This record gives sequence, structure tokens and C-alpha cells, in this order.
Amino acid sequence: MIRTIIAVIARDLRISLSQGGFWLPLIFYISAATLFPFAVGPDKSLLLQTGGGVLWITALFATLLPLDRLIQPDIDDGIVDQWVTRGISDEVIALCKLISHWLSFGPPLLVAALLASLMMGLEGPPLSRLLLSLGLASPGLAGLAIMIASLTAGLRGASAVGGLLLLPLAIPMLIFGAGSMSGTGNQALLFLSAVSLLLTAITPLVGGAALRAGRE
Amino acid sequence: MSTASSEFALEMRGCAVERGGRLLLRDFNLTLSCGEAALLTGANGVGKSSLLRMIAGLLPITAGTMDRPERVALCDDRLALDPARTVRQALQFWADIDGQSENRLDSAMTAMALDGLADVPVRLLSTGQRQRARLARTIAQGARLWLLDEPANGLDGASVDLLGRAMAEFLRSGGAILCASHITVPVTFSQVRDMGPQTADSVS
Repeated sequence: MIRTIIAVIARDLRISLSQGGFWLPLIFYISAATLFPFAVGPDKSLLLQTGGGVLWITALFATLLPLDRLIQPDIDDGIVDQWVTRGISDEVIALCKLISHWLSFGPPLLVAALLASLMMGLEGPPLSRLLLSLGLASPGLAGLAIMIASLTAGLRGASAVGGLLLLPLAIPMLIFGAGSMSGTGNQALLFLSAVSLLLTAITPLVGGAALRAGRE
Repeated sequence: MSTASSEFALEMRGCAVERGGRLLLRDFNLTLSCGEAALLTGANGVGKSSLLRMIAGLLPITAGTMDRPERVALCDDRLALDPARTVRQALQFWADIDGQSENRLDSAMTAMALDGLADVPVRLLSTGQRQRARLARTIAQGARLWLLDEPANGLDGASVDLLGRAMAEFLRSGGAILCASHITVPVTFSQVRDMGPQTADSVS
């Protein structure tokens, strides 16, 4: 079983490296950070005040980018069918997908956020708070992406539906994540961790149930 | 579902096959011994593929009981090989998961005449070559029961002969085969099950 999990995760990582999934959040993030000062003006104090929140929203949208590549291709190619035929449960498949997606999404997100913050002049404690909150949220965001990709697999216009599903579910993380940027941040960070942990923990169950229900 | 005794490779009693809320088959019985092959025939849409998917564990058993080996190989119309990788690498991915040796994979590729295509990316294969790659994946899996859904689709005459030889070899080694095919496969089927014309009732 461990051998299978490692093989599945290694394959996913190889695919996201070779198909550019790894670089997508990075480029997206840096584009947003470049465009933002053009839109609101180069006032440094305004950028410092709003930069954290903007980078948090960008992180949410970056979560949406790979939705249609996470599960759907493997279902279409019959790869999920072959795993299930070999006795690998849908929950284990969703868990593998969660781990591999987090590995290819979390670290690039943090690197991108660091670069984007420096471009906006965010430094010192606000910068470390932003990175800490994004780091804590990244497993939850990856979990949301896997759950939504499993639920919408096979639907026409899955990415549009995925966006509609993601936004309400991600609001708690956005509130606590962006909240942690302000003065009373520690409680917000604890709540953020709790929400992220909950989303991570239910991902194998929800994703597995969705994969099973979607199979005909 | 439990592991079959050594005598029977597959035993189904009173099974129903349901797909998307439609009852395709009811009260289906089938006993397949080790070393035995059975052919499923019948009109399109009668439930052959769904039956194979149910035995493979992809569809729930809504009625009846089934005993099958733990290791079952399904060869249907989906390739399940990464398009960007070479034939060898894509098959190796499954061999690693199945815990099969390099030798076993090599002999499966030779059985399907894929040696010359080992370094060709899967996306460049022709229809018949894809089918051979799919069959090589099935052969290399080391299962006790093969579920073949139209295994001869797209194959030329020489490849159909290769398929027949591979199936005969598997039967000799004590495996069992359940095959749905409209094309004559050169192997001796001890049972032929005509599943008849389409008589699907809808489930309310």
C-alpha cells in the first residue's frame, strides 16, 4: 500500500512539473502583484495597508487555477478505474491526490507570496505573518481544490461550477487569514489552523465519496 | 465479495447489474473454473461492459453474491497509460504498483510485440498499438482473472493471433477469462453466454 501511494504521488508530481502546474501559481501571483500598484496607485502606505489582503485573495484564485487538471484527466483516461480495480479505495486515491497537490501547490505559493510581497514593499512582521498564514492555510486550500475537483469531475463547465463552490467554502480561511495580518492576529491564526486542519482531514472522505458516486 | 476457493475463479449467483438507475441484468448466474474462458455475447447496450465493471469492483453489487479472486485485471476501452511517457515507462508505472518484476513486464511486452515501440511516447501510438499496450498492461498485472471488453478491437490479423496465444497461455497457467467480444478471438471458450437483445427495464 505504501509503495502504491508513493508511486501515485511521484507520478502526479512528475506530471505537474512537466506540464507547468508547478509554475502556474508563481506566475499568476507575480502578475497580480505587478498589476495591483498600477490599479490603486503607487502610494506606499496604501499598498502596505491593503497588500496582505490582496495577496490572500490572489492565493484563493491561485487555488482555482489547476481545478480541471487535478482529477478529471485521470478519470477520463481510466487511471482511477485501474486503481480501484486493484483494490485501492477511493479515499486513498483522494489522499494521494491531496498530498501530491499540496506538494506542488504549497511551496510555490509561499515562494510566490514572498516575491510578490517584496515587490509591494511588504516586509518585517507583516511579511512573516502573511507567509505563516498562507503556509498554515495551504493544506486546507489544497484539500478544497481536491474536494471540488472530485465533486465536479465529469460536469460540463466544471471550472465555472468549481469557482462557485470554492468561494463560500474558502471565506472562513480568508477571514481568519487576512485577519491574522492585523494587530490581534494570534487568535485568527489559531482559527485559521483549525479551519485548514478540518478541511484537510475531511478531504479524503469527501473526495473519495465523490469519486465513487461519480463512477458509472 | 471474498476470495474464491481454488476450484472456482469466479462464482456469481443471482446478481443484478444496474447502471445509472437502469436495471440491465437480473438474476445472473455464472461459474467460471480456473483455466476456463467464457465469452459474453449480445446486442450493444445489453450490459456486458457494465457486468465486467461490476466484477472489477467499479459498480456496486445491488443484488446477489459474488466470489472472485482478489487480483482481477480489467481491459476496457480506456488506455490508462500516461500519453506523455514512453510505452515502457507508462507500463512500468503499473508494474511498480502491481509489484511485478521487470522480467514479467518484458515478457508481456514481447507477447504483444511491443519491444520495438518501448521508447515511443504513448500519445503517438496507433489504435491497434494502443490496444496492444492495453493488453500488455493486463498481461503484466499478474491477476488470476482477466475481464476483457472487446480485446480484439482495432487489432490486425497478426495481433489477434498474438492475443489468442496470450489468452491460451494464461489459461494454461490456471487463469480464468471472461471476455466480451464481437470479433472472433482464436481461443477455446468453454462457455458462451448470449445476454440477448436489449431488454432493459427502468428502475423506479
